[in-house]
Amino acid sequence: MALAAKWKNMRASTRKKLLMLGGMLVVFAILQLLLSLDLLSNQIQSWLVPCCYNIILAVSLNLTVGILGELSLGHAGFMCVGAFVGAFVSKYFDTVNPDLSAWIRLPLALVLGGIVAGLFGLIVGVPVLRLNGDYLAIVTLAFGEIIWNLFNVTRVSLDNGSFRVGVGGTGLSNLSADAVPLVDGSLGITSVPRLGKGGFAIAFVLAFLTVLLVMNLIHSRTGRAIKAIRDNRIAAESIGINITKYKLIALVVSAFLAGIAGVLYAHNAGQAVATQADYGYVMSINILVFVVLGGMGSTLGSMIAAVVLTILPEWLRFLSDYRMLIYAVVLIGMMLVNGSPAIKAVVDRGRQAVKQKIKNLFIRQPKKEA
Amino acid sequence: MNDFLATLINGISLGSMYALIALGYTMVYGIAKMLNFAHGDIIMVGGITTFTVMQYTNMPPWVAVLAAVAVCTVLGVVIEKVAYKPLRGVSSLTVLITAIGVSYLLQNVALLTFGTENKSYSFSFLTALNWQINEHLIIQGSTIVNVVIMLVIMVALLLFVHFTKQGKAMRAVSEDNGAAQLMGINVNATISLTFAIGSALAGIAGFMYIGTYSQIGAYAGTMPGIKAFTAAVFGGIGSIPGAMIGGIALGIIEQFSKSILAQFQLSALADAIVFVILILVLLIKPTGLLGRQIKEKV
Amino acid sequence: MALLDVQNLSIRFGGLQAVDQFHIAVEQGQLYGLIGPNGAGKTTVFNMLTGVYKPTTGTILLDGADITGKNNVQISKMGIARTFQNIRLFSEMSVLDNVKVGLHNQVKCGLFTNILRLPGDYKTEKQMNEKAMQLLEVFGLQDDVKLRARNLPYGKQRKLEIARALATNPRLLLLDEPAAGMNPNETAELMQTIRLIRERFEMTILLIEHDMRLVSGICERLTVLNFGSVLCEGETSAVLRDPEVVKAYLGE
Repeated sequence: MALAAKWKNMRASTRKKLLMLGGMLVVFAILQLLLSLDLLSNQIQSWLVPCCYNIILAVSLNLTVGILGELSLGHAGFMCVGAFVGAFVSKYFDTVNPDLSAWIRLPLALVLGGIVAGLFGLIVGVPVLRLNGDYLAIVTLAFGEIIWNLFNVTRVSLDNGSFRVGVGGTGLSNLSADAVPLVDGSLGITSVPRLGKGGFAIAFVLAFLTVLLVMNLIHSRTGRAIKAIRDNRIAAESIGINITKYKLIALVVSAFLAGIAGVLYAHNAGQAVATQADYGYVMSINILVFVVLGGMGSTLGSMIAAVVLTILPEWLRFLSDYRMLIYAVVLIGMMLVNGSPAIKAVVDRGRQAVKQKIKNLFIRQPKKEA
Repeated sequence: MNDFLATLINGISLGSMYALIALGYTMVYGIAKMLNFAHGDIIMVGGITTFTVMQYTNMPPWVAVLAAVAVCTVLGVVIEKVAYKPLRGVSSLTVLITAIGVSYLLQNVALLTFGTENKSYSFSFLTALNWQINEHLIIQGSTIVNVVIMLVIMVALLLFVHFTKQGKAMRAVSEDNGAAQLMGINVNATISLTFAIGSALAGIAGFMYIGTYSQIGAYAGTMPGIKAFTAAVFGGIGSIPGAMIGGIALGIIEQFSKSILAQFQLSALADAIVFVILILVLLIKPTGLLGRQIKEKV
Repeated sequence: MALLDVQNLSIRFGGLQAVDQFHIAVEQGQLYGLIGPNGAGKTTVFNMLTGVYKPTTGTILLDGADITGKNNVQISKMGIARTFQNIRLFSEMSVLDNVKVGLHNQVKCGLFTNILRLPGDYKTEKQMNEKAMQLLEVFGLQDDVKLRARNLPYGKQRKLEIARALATNPRLLLLDEPAAGMNPNETAELMQTIRLIRERFEMTILLIEHDMRLVSGICERLTVLNFGSVLCEGETSAVLRDPEVVKAYLGE
């Protein structure tokens, strides 16, 4: 009884959060059960971790786009930073001390990957404070492209215990024979220790924490200040909200989480290679699609869209060449149905009519008296 | 010196193509207030049309260009009607994602019909136009054609926008489409016309693409599209002369950074340099070179 | 000493002298009106007082402290709050949240306390909820707390904007055309509300208004602005009878 009363007294946002997190746990428990009974095909197993990192990416981008209200086309850039830093940390420890427990190595990679990505968020924040709208969109796109291009030419070797860093070219000169290349330009970081068997559990915990922390942030004093800036910057200033501070908070938290997702991404793939497809604007746009399709500002929506759109192209794989075509058509169709007032009206009318028919089946019409 | 000139000329040539594409972005943005992300892919369609006509028929090049323009114009108008018009007045992000969907759609249709491999083609008449300045310096035929086309179109567009009834309607809609509608301007027709013109220019850009790179493929439109968009923002989005200046500047910057970076075996960073410069320009002048600053009234 | 003391305040936009040598002295607890024809520069004065614009010359003293040239965030913290001519609410946020954002600087609670839901978070949320509800009750908005601000009827939006301004715990409240777009009944109700605010919160209020019934009904003192400079000032009844003022409003 006390619990029910407590439930009733909670903030509506807290109730929603607990329901969401509860739902996530239930889904996770079911999937874990199926996994332990070996009932999931290899294909489905391979979707689990991607679903998790895409949830993190979507929920974190939603913070910038839906909550702060600034369009970012460079989210994959932060992911790239996280992926490289995380993969670097893991690879380094794996090289110098292969016996180091993954329980130390992986958290270290995650934290460092997130922090460095957050620092990049701070750098990107500078123009964000001066620009807005489509100009900001193109600057974030530019940042994303610059970031992966830089990683693409970076070389780091471990030579007798000291790092040798260089850019471009065919390699670092004057390396000794037993130098180990850690980051190898366009070949990236290879043979990064993978997540292994518990991968899904680790990824799930991170996605779960992301959702929890982001929901906490959104429905708090800080979150309200960020939303106030989105809704009306001038009014927000007039009541004493420091625009710079709260914009930067949103951006840095968002970049930090994208970095974490990047670390997961690299450790799931076992490598970090800076390519357009993985970390360029196409990836950024894919993440943005999660957010917009999920309904901007909605954490739950971002999450569901991330999962559906992770699985959909994979699930359509049997259509081979036609799958991306169908994906494109579905995307356009969804946007039209969601966005267009005219089409929405038609869909709603259809839904009403169906509802009425179903109702008619169960409720007997009162007979008219003769 | 000759190297410098050659790089400069290549830059202007590439920049002319960017300028033409940027015009499509800038006009559509000015009038419909949307980023038409699929614009780059319309260039690809124009290129494929040109390629197909040249490869499989005995028609002269100008027929191929006309065919590309016709196909792209129709395609642009149809896309506008089917995908963008129902979303008028909806949040710009929704429209942006739809445009991204259209972009994927065009790419994948091209992949299915045209194949995944890039195909090569070079126009013989362009080689014939090569202009030997001195023993080290040749101005390519494609350069001459690119620059001439760009200049002619730029002048024609400026005349059109300033001196014709439809052009004035366009400017009115871009200022304030509600007021324009009240003045009896058919806003929908004006937006369609803008898409038609922008797409026709993309058709020509498709031809220029083949002229410049001697090949075409399903993803050909992506990078030029992004760069031309950058050029449009650089010059000040919504401004026609801005698109030209932005396009040419971007082309020159790209060529020079490529040739400098090549000395350090860093050619891969050429694109990144373009973006670094874009960021610097926007930080110094947030609305681009010729863009107007609109201040929010308190 | 006056709570708000402004001397020689001028601002220039390019070639336009928008406000020239403006001065005003608002006493603690006064209900003061700033009137004048459209385009006279009234809102520009508000924008300078709240730090949206930096004045070209002049000094603004709030309770003796010089606030000239400070930015709007600093000025809000020093105790000037305002509403806007065209209502500026946080339209996608709930009515309650609009007021809670107004309370932002009244509580201390940082990012980590928020995202980790440390005890401080619960404590400040509780404080903010209680304060916000008190304010909303004053304006009769207590039943609308869960609505999004943009779904409120116009009159209530005006009230919410005032409630949000009061949440910042100001010493001086600036209202920019609070009765704009209201019918006579709503205006009458608004007059009641403004009087109530003054009594309940012992607030000093400076307002811009065109509605003469409201101005003559509640303002004790007026300053008339015409073409950017002060035309006259004084007791409300005297100012409204001044032939120069009548001329400025009605023409020759």
